[in-house]
Amino acid sequence: MVDFSYTFLIPLIPLVVFLITGLLGMKWKPMVSGIIGTVGLLIAWLLSLYTGYEYFLAHTVEHYQTIIPINMLWLSFTNSLQIHMGVLIDPISVLMLIVVTTISLMAHMYSLGYMKGETGFARYYAFLSLFTFSMLGLVLSTNIFQMYIFWELVGASSFLLIGFYYTKPSAVAAAKKAFIVTRFADFGFLVGILVLSFLTRTFDFSKLTEPGTTIFASSAGVTFMGVSALSWAMSLIFIGGAGKSAMFPFHIWLPDAMEGPTPVSSLIHAATMVVAGVYLVARLFPIYHFQTPQVLIMIGYVGGFTSLFAAIIAMTQFDIKRVLAYSTLSQIGYMMVGLGVSGFGGDHGLGYMAGMFHLFTHSMFKALLFLGAGSIIHAVHSNEMKDMGGLRKYMPITHITFLTACLAISGVPPFAGFFSKDEILAAALESNKLLYWTEYITAGLTSFYIFRLYFRIFWGKNTDYGHHTPHESPWVMTVPLIFLALGSAFGGWIPFHDFVTPDLAPMVHKMEWLDTIPSVLIGLVGIFAAWYLYKKESSRPKAVVDFLGNLHTWAYHKFYIDEIYLFITRKIMFGMIATGIAWFDRHIVDGFMFGVADVTMALSGKIKKFQSGNLQEYAFVYVAGALALVLTLLYVFVK
Amino acid sequence: MIQGITIYHFLIVSTLMFFIGVMGFIIRQNLITILLSIELILNSVVINFLVFNRFLYPDQLQGHFFGLFIVGVAAAEASVAIALIINIYRRIQNIDTDEVNEMKF
Repeated sequence: MVDFSYTFLIPLIPLVVFLITGLLGMKWKPMVSGIIGTVGLLIAWLLSLYTGYEYFLAHTVEHYQTIIPINMLWLSFTNSLQIHMGVLIDPISVLMLIVVTTISLMAHMYSLGYMKGETGFARYYAFLSLFTFSMLGLVLSTNIFQMYIFWELVGASSFLLIGFYYTKPSAVAAAKKAFIVTRFADFGFLVGILVLSFLTRTFDFSKLTEPGTTIFASSAGVTFMGVSALSWAMSLIFIGGAGKSAMFPFHIWLPDAMEGPTPVSSLIHAATMVVAGVYLVARLFPIYHFQTPQVLIMIGYVGGFTSLFAAIIAMTQFDIKRVLAYSTLSQIGYMMVGLGVSGFGGDHGLGYMAGMFHLFTHSMFKALLFLGAGSIIHAVHSNEMKDMGGLRKYMPITHITFLTACLAISGVPPFAGFFSKDEILAAALESNKLLYWTEYITAGLTSFYIFRLYFRIFWGKNTDYGHHTPHESPWVMTVPLIFLALGSAFGGWIPFHDFVTPDLAPMVHKMEWLDTIPSVLIGLVGIFAAWYLYKKESSRPKAVVDFLGNLHTWAYHKFYIDEIYLFITRKIMFGMIATGIAWFDRHIVDGFMFGVADVTMALSGKIKKFQSGNLQEYAFVYVAGALALVLTLLYVFVK
Repeated sequence: MIQGITIYHFLIVSTLMFFIGVMGFIIRQNLITILLSIELILNSVVINFLVFNRFLYPDQLQGHFFGLFIVGVAAAEASVAIALIINIYRRIQNIDTDEVNEMKF
């Protein structure tokens, strides 16, 4: 087996590119930065593919090894508190390496066309490289603290990219919202890390997730508010993951994050960064499974609820990027469900495998959907569905690739989404009927909303585009589309159960083709419903909306979650609590200090009269004092 | 020796002069009057010197010399004080102590 020590280059290359383009990019022609970024990432991509080949394919093994080629001491506080930086190679990190570099390469290449002529082109590529560096550092982390640092870096680069159009108020607001919401969740993550490491005295993943480890024995009796401290720690860590992965109720930032450039949405807010939470849960899966199974079940329910909730909202939205954003939420919910229902070892690890599998296929087809949407927006200059229609004639490549992605997400065989989604459903069916039915219904809703999108963009009414006829995008944009379409079409045939399992041993798993019939059927029902309603412009959608009445209104307004947040923050936190605290600060704290000052001033105002500077008064006091003294002495001695 | 007039009569006069001077110094507003009050105080002291010299050590002259000396100093002091008062008057056209408070605080 080769020594994997070269893998540190994979995150390092984007970092170097970031420094070069960030510092010098202003001086060059914009395209130079773009090409440097793309070429740098191409090298990282090839290295990742080589790593994947070496790790998974070059040697047949019974049991995959967790390899730590590099682990250098980074911060040494005390003998027991030391933080390392390193590279950890195991199935899920190699999988993520390939996913991140592939999607990132596609986004880099696509942006050469999409962002052409934008101001700040070099800055854009510098940020993309920074993000790629952070994400690769995150997936290769050897310990949870290193992961936290890269986790925050990812959040920061996401903030920079959402707010790329920083002159647009809505983009600035969206960037702030994303940063604040995820930071708020990351606070939970940090507290969770601290509690977990306090209990176990280690940060290292390899020690924490070792099967049959005894480091949790000391924390067995520690409880807080009736729940074990370890459960608190793992729940708090999941809150961090839920923030990044936009699980309910932290989902509010993701739809707004679509203010960023579309390739950014594709890379960060669909394929890579938002699955960091899934990756985190997968990384700590042995702890969740063996130590805190109840937290794992809760993760499953959060994922299930989010997937259904987001799918319902996605059906009612008109901004195509928002539909895709809610679709992303829904699909990440699927992954969480997969992890939540999973067991450990042998066939029981099906959910885990399926969750990671779905992460892989989802990154392909969702990146493709976003890049396709970008291509459409590039051609039509609008995000709104009502400005589109009949585009299949103008944009054949975009049309075909978009259709591939739609079929993949709907779970139509033999496209990629079918395999992964079906295995999640199979895993859910075995362990949790409620989650199974939730995800089953969500599968139908998914195919409905995505084909609603498809039919409204490419079929439907023939919009008059006037003198500005939409045209197909340049080749730098269509090549990534085609590549990802191939991934979406054939990615499902990768035998994932041979590669990614919770116990690192290849799983003997046979797909039950007969069991897949119901899920395929509901997918087809969804597609048919969308076809019936949106194939041609008609009054049918309106009739459905009228029939649903308030239900549609609520979903259209995203169940007023944003309003609830605003109510809580503005009215309750700012309006009541903060006002009270501000009153206390102004009147009690400041009042005390002002009081001290006022008393001093008043006292000195009185005292200063003694120092009038009026000699006559001094003389009077002097004489009076002298007289008093003399009279006293007389009284004492003469009497 | 003046018949029927004892040292006490002199001392009563000088004490009255002294306290009238002190009173004047404290309560009068006009700088010239204050200067006059100071002269009263000085002169009451001069009377004391002379009286004590005369009644206690009739064959010596130190008290007289002191008296003359104080008169001389008082003249010099009065001239300085009046010069100051004139300058104040030139500046603010007033010599009331209540008005001369520009350098207070």
